Amino acid sequence: MKRFAALFTRLDQTTRTTAKVAALADYFSEAPEPDRLWTIALLSGRRPKRTVNATILREWASDTAKIPLWLFEESYAIVGDLAETIALVLPPNRTESDHSLTHWITEIRRLPTLEEPDRRALIDAAWDRLDASERFLFNKLLTGGFRVGVSRTLMTRALARATGIDEPDLALRLMGDWSPDTTTYRRLVLEPDPEEDLSRPYPFFLAYQLEDDPEDLGPVTDWLAEHKWDGIRGQLILRGGTHHVWSRGEELMTDRFPELAAARDFVPDGTVIDGEILAWTDDAPLPFAALQKRIGRKTVPKKLLAEAPVILKAYDLLEWQGGDIRATPLKDRRALLDTLVESLPADAPIRLSPRLAADTWKILADTRARARDIGAEGLMLKRLDSPYRVGRTKGDWWKWKVDPLTVDAVMIYAQQGHGRRANLFTDFTFAVWDGDTLVPFTKAYSGLTDAEFRQITAWVRKNTLERYGPVRAVTPEHVFEIHFEGIQASTRHKSGLALRFPRMARWRHDKKAAEANTLGDLKQMLAAYG
Amino acid sequence: MAVLTFTPEGIHCPAGGFHIDPWRPVDRALITHGHADHARPGHAHYLATETAAPVIRHRLGDIALDTIPYGETRRIGDATVSFHPAGHVSGSAQIRVAVGGEVWVVSGDYKTEPDGLSEPFEPVKCHAFVTECTFGLPVFKWAPQAEIAAEINAWWAATLAQGRTPVLGAYALGKAQRLLACLDPSIGPILTHGAVETVNEVLRAQGLALPDTIRVTPETDPKDHPNALVLSTPSGLGTTWMRRFGQTSAAFASGWMRLRGVRRRRAADRGFVMSDHADWDGLNAAIRDTGAERVFVTHGYTAQFRRWLEDQGYDAQVVDTEFEGESLDTPDAEDAA
Repeated sequence: MKRFAALFTRLDQTTRTTAKVAALADYFSEAPEPDRLWTIALLSGRRPKRTVNATILREWASDTAKIPLWLFEESYAIVGDLAETIALVLPPNRTESDHSLTHWITEIRRLPTLEEPDRRALIDAAWDRLDASERFLFNKLLTGGFRVGVSRTLMTRALARATGIDEPDLALRLMGDWSPDTTTYRRLVLEPDPEEDLSRPYPFFLAYQLEDDPEDLGPVTDWLAEHKWDGIRGQLILRGGTHHVWSRGEELMTDRFPELAAARDFVPDGTVIDGEILAWTDDAPLPFAALQKRIGRKTVPKKLLAEAPVILKAYDLLEWQGGDIRATPLKDRRALLDTLVESLPADAPIRLSPRLAADTWKILADTRARARDIGAEGLMLKRLDSPYRVGRTKGDWWKWKVDPLTVDAVMIYAQQGHGRRANLFTDFTFAVWDGDTLVPFTKAYSGLTDAEFRQITAWVRKNTLERYGPVRAVTPEHVFEIHFEGIQASTRHKSGLALRFPRMARWRHDKKAAEANTLGDLKQMLAAYG
Repeated sequence: MAVLTFTPEGIHCPAGGFHIDPWRPVDRALITHGHADHARPGHAHYLATETAAPVIRHRLGDIALDTIPYGETRRIGDATVSFHPAGHVSGSAQIRVAVGGEVWVVSGDYKTEPDGLSEPFEPVKCHAFVTECTFGLPVFKWAPQAEIAAEINAWWAATLAQGRTPVLGAYALGKAQRLLACLDPSIGPILTHGAVETVNEVLRAQGLALPDTIRVTPETDPKDHPNALVLSTPSGLGTTWMRRFGQTSAAFASGWMRLRGVRRRRAADRGFVMSDHADWDGLNAAIRDTGAERVFVTHGYTAQFRRWLEDQGYDAQVVDTEFEGESLDTPDAEDAA
């Protein structure tokens, strides 16, 4: 664990990519192979399952730290991370341990087989033998939420450096349905058998947000334009007579979307399609909320299947007749895809994401402006002669999102942030006018600069009307322009509506509270876009 | 009887007709220390310790400032006041106010661990204690200063070994001088940001022993000072001012560095957990040692700390003030100098 903790400390102490890659490459050259395998697993989201209930863990931690549970909870609210809070409140460790990362993960996975007193004894003993940074990592593994600010791309690059294996090749080897229980470092990284994993997806190609004028991208005829669908990015894999569905988060979702099984009847073996999974009826997408109900279910009840049936909106072809065609230019991949999908029967669960024809950027700009009307988030622009790349790479794919919806609202409650923003007021509740009263309708946390957060923090301290625990009611004085991506009716909110991705776009120093928008304005938006 | 009341101007003593660290202009202000949220301009008369006075004068200019040695009592109206070391920065004081037989103490900002530079904190017996609680949660615990000093010196040497210049950010008054006292001059020379050096000069002039430093000016060529560490203000980190040093590694010293999230927000390469405020154990020990039954908490995690104190059997209340404690983000007034 000491070596792993040292790696983590090196990663945490720098913001420089080169230093992170160097730290990881050193680790991948020196650590024992089982630890390397577990590190790859952890950094690619293959965390061990949570084996101890978080509520009990908090009780044990506050008990061992000799503080009341409520004070532990208050501390957790400020720190914002359970593993870190526990590490910080515990007394210093009295002894040391030389055990490996793999040893401690094995211990953690042994927990469910133990009786509760033995479970606590194991955890207490670990806390007493691990130093501050080891203990933090142990807790991270225990609570099952391991994120360290190292992207998968960075990890792959470091592993490529340590092993001499080509980076894109390595990225592909690390995809798919493996865990440290089903493979070894040697089989996964050094000597993979390509036939071993028929379900293995390709690394997804991800787009950047287009910030500049699209005219800067060159002639519009060099680009394929289509709608940006608001669903789940997915890969449909047909190999060996069966099918698999992967999400972008590399979660196997085959069973959640049984509709897609029908693809086996129409699509030839040796095909991989990239697209968007959408809840879809009457030739139009359902709101994201409908799809969300489906995501939460491992098995889908009939009623839900009928209410929110899904399709795959296909937009790229990655494998054809058993061959990896990612290096083929998009226009040729797309031609193959068009032919394939057009040959399918009308009730097949696969539809094409239509190409939007345009001679000028102006025409596309107009299409984009109307995207919300058909339930899309904007447009995607893809260079016609580009290969299908790995990860988020700039230049060939752009998302050109529709302008957000906006409303001017009055800040009425403020709460301190946690984690990165522990000592600033950053979490605000906003209200709009309903006659003479202000009705809260959304919270927002992001969008202001650090300088603005400092300014508003100083103001909140001096303008608190009332405190409700950590929440302060403040003088309704400041107006903020709130941007959001969508609006839906909601019975859970007093205002009767809920926003999607609300954030503070601007602090409207020029507006008085009385000039903020009204609930009526929001209801009009709900009628138009809800 | 209330020896002190809490008014829109600040902490007020009706019997003595004075305020302590007031944030709005008053006739008579007793000042605990020279930080900008405690020593504000605009009062008619000031009273502070002898060692705090030079910095306050330097910052506030031509003010009517009277001084008092630690421990000496002075009668003001019907109140008797005295100043006692708070261990926060050089010259910082807790202010003891006695009216009739009732004694109240205002802590100002304080820390309980001696830093080798400030007059060490002395507990003062009282009936009521008005305390800060900037770090009033059990997650805030400080390592001994010698341990942190060793970490900082190791970082200095390691950064040089990588061919980079270490730049350490700290508040111009207090933290910067404390760090100076921790740095190992055998590693290399210490360059200082102008705002830090200005405070150094004031403190040296009053007889404080600080290691040698070199003020960074537009003419300073880093090549003339191999192996140097640069001591900057927090606001100097990541600015064009730093560019003259070429490839740098930035570090920041603050109690907030205890939290990983805050360390990451600063985007500094290193965060050293060092504060001039009491940690959780320090706050609890300080309050216990006053023997006070009533406690007023003024700034920091007040709601949580008050509840904790109540659990421990104290009569505890939150008082809203305009003190800021150890702010990560609001640059001290001196930084602009």
